[in-house]
Amino acid sequence: MSDEGNKRLELEKLPSGIEGLDQICQGGLPKGRSTLVSGTAGSGKTVLAAQFLKAGLENWGEKGVLVSFEERPQDMIRNVTAFGWSFQGSVDAGDIAIIDATPVAGEVIVEAGRYDLAALMARIEYVVSQTGATRVAIDAISALFPQFSDHQIVRQELQRVVNGLRELGVTTIITMEREAEDGQIARFGVEEFVTDNVLLLRNRLEAEKRRRTVEVLKFRGTAHHKGEFPFTIDEQEGITIIPLSAMELVQRSSETRISSGVRELDVMCGGGMFRDSIVLVSGATGTGKTLMVTEFMKAAFENGERCIMFAFEESRDQLIRNARSWGVDFEEAIEKGHLRLICNYPESKGLEDHLIQIKREIDDFKPSRMAVDSLSALERVSTLKSFREFVIGITSFVKLREMAGMFTNTTAMLMGGESVTETHISTITDSIVLLRYVELHGEMHRGITVLKMRGSWHDKYIREYLVTESGMAIKEAFQGVSGILAGNPVYSYRDESTQLKQMFDAEGEG
Amino acid sequence: MRTIGLKLFLVGQGAFGQEARDNLTALEELFPDYQFDVDVIDVLENPERAVEDRVIATPTLIKYTPLPVCRIVGDLSDRERVISALGLRVRENSNADGG
Repeated sequence: MSDEGNKRLELEKLPSGIEGLDQICQGGLPKGRSTLVSGTAGSGKTVLAAQFLKAGLENWGEKGVLVSFEERPQDMIRNVTAFGWSFQGSVDAGDIAIIDATPVAGEVIVEAGRYDLAALMARIEYVVSQTGATRVAIDAISALFPQFSDHQIVRQELQRVVNGLRELGVTTIITMEREAEDGQIARFGVEEFVTDNVLLLRNRLEAEKRRRTVEVLKFRGTAHHKGEFPFTIDEQEGITIIPLSAMELVQRSSETRISSGVRELDVMCGGGMFRDSIVLVSGATGTGKTLMVTEFMKAAFENGERCIMFAFEESRDQLIRNARSWGVDFEEAIEKGHLRLICNYPESKGLEDHLIQIKREIDDFKPSRMAVDSLSALERVSTLKSFREFVIGITSFVKLREMAGMFTNTTAMLMGGESVTETHISTITDSIVLLRYVELHGEMHRGITVLKMRGSWHDKYIREYLVTESGMAIKEAFQGVSGILAGNPVYSYRDESTQLKQMFDAEGEG
Repeated sequence: MRTIGLKLFLVGQGAFGQEARDNLTALEELFPDYQFDVDVIDVLENPERAVEDRVIATPTLIKYTPLPVCRIVGDLSDRERVISALGLRVRENSNADGG
């Protein structure tokens, strides 16, 4: 009963159709109301406004009106065409109408007496009824103020426009320029009027990278997620918001086991990895992380499954050559369409953009396995917060698509120790495999252990492994040595004769 | 007789509409040498005309002939500004008389 009552009080929302926005807004924008979108120059306000109309038309056939105060209609059309949106087509078809509210170039405007903005409202009303629009985007009302000397009148008149739009029942986005990332919500004291719903777009420079975020500052009388959410703007989709903390843990959990590509490792994991789980492979440089990824990929494409690898440390040619040296033919798998290699410099773009690219490639290729080599390379180029968001984003996406994932992490110390990546993502991943150098009697050996295996028994030993021409070969557990993971092995032989015997045995083998 | 082509956009029942009309009529009387060719447009009745001329504020007076085009916003109560914006001049000979 009380639930129903609450629902009735709660304002109805209109899904915007902009990826991620509806999640953080818990359903969409307040229907039939105006939402102020405020941000500094270049924060993506115009793109958001145009995308609001485009998404409405494409998803639900809702018609839209764009009121432009800043750009001429032809400029507006040209600008959004950069996103691959055929605005011209929608305008020609009468689905989207543009109201040109820019000042007429070359015309002198003289103020002589009192006035209001009734003509503006009359035009909007007329065009809305002509097109049958349900969505209106007003871009950027800040450009209206310099045209008139009395800002109080403009504010007051804009309030009338907002009330008028509400009477028309259209859902509106109004963009407004902000002078700085902090401080006043919008210029010209505009936040004093359309105060019911405010979205803030931010565009900050962090660690030499642009970091765009959106925040729902307020939605009067309706719920929304709080805090800033990163978003990207790209040529394909426009704005994509990454609703990290709004993501829900709804992934199903599979009992199906799949092979890691190394038979002995499958045994160590209690029969293989779970189909929709994520393994973190952590180790120092040269321990064989890329080899494990290669084996992991091979296990998939040899079964005719598709897999995708995102490499941030090595080029395509290097990866193919490495794989060949381990007896794996990447080129053939690529030709057959079973493998896709995506190689990027970590520095090539921000983490949010990397995440979007990864998602797109996955949705395009539809692989059953994916690998990232290495996560720690990406960690280098971002802030801790962005990195953590990235890892959560990619992990939840991989799980949502019910894929198996393998991430590698390069530790700074040769013999042991942990990295930021480990501390940050160990709780998110399902399994952790550690690769370590082990110094024994003046020789370097490699050791592997399964540190964690969610939902399953796993081998607790640290085993030796070799990198051979046919890949990875896991051997016996190290005997009589402790402290490998800490990086300072201590030998604990029962007596000298055992040690001598072992030494001679080893020599005999060699 | 010089002709001045004008469009006056207003809200028929609006507070400033009637004042703008009155002020324009007074101006016509003040400058008998000019032929005021005024097209009065009620933006609520003919919003498409406001679309055409990209009018935002009401009242708006647009002088389209002679060039240059000039746009005056307001109820025209600031007469000096209107006169100077429209480029209205008292007849040459009366000017000479005065000087």
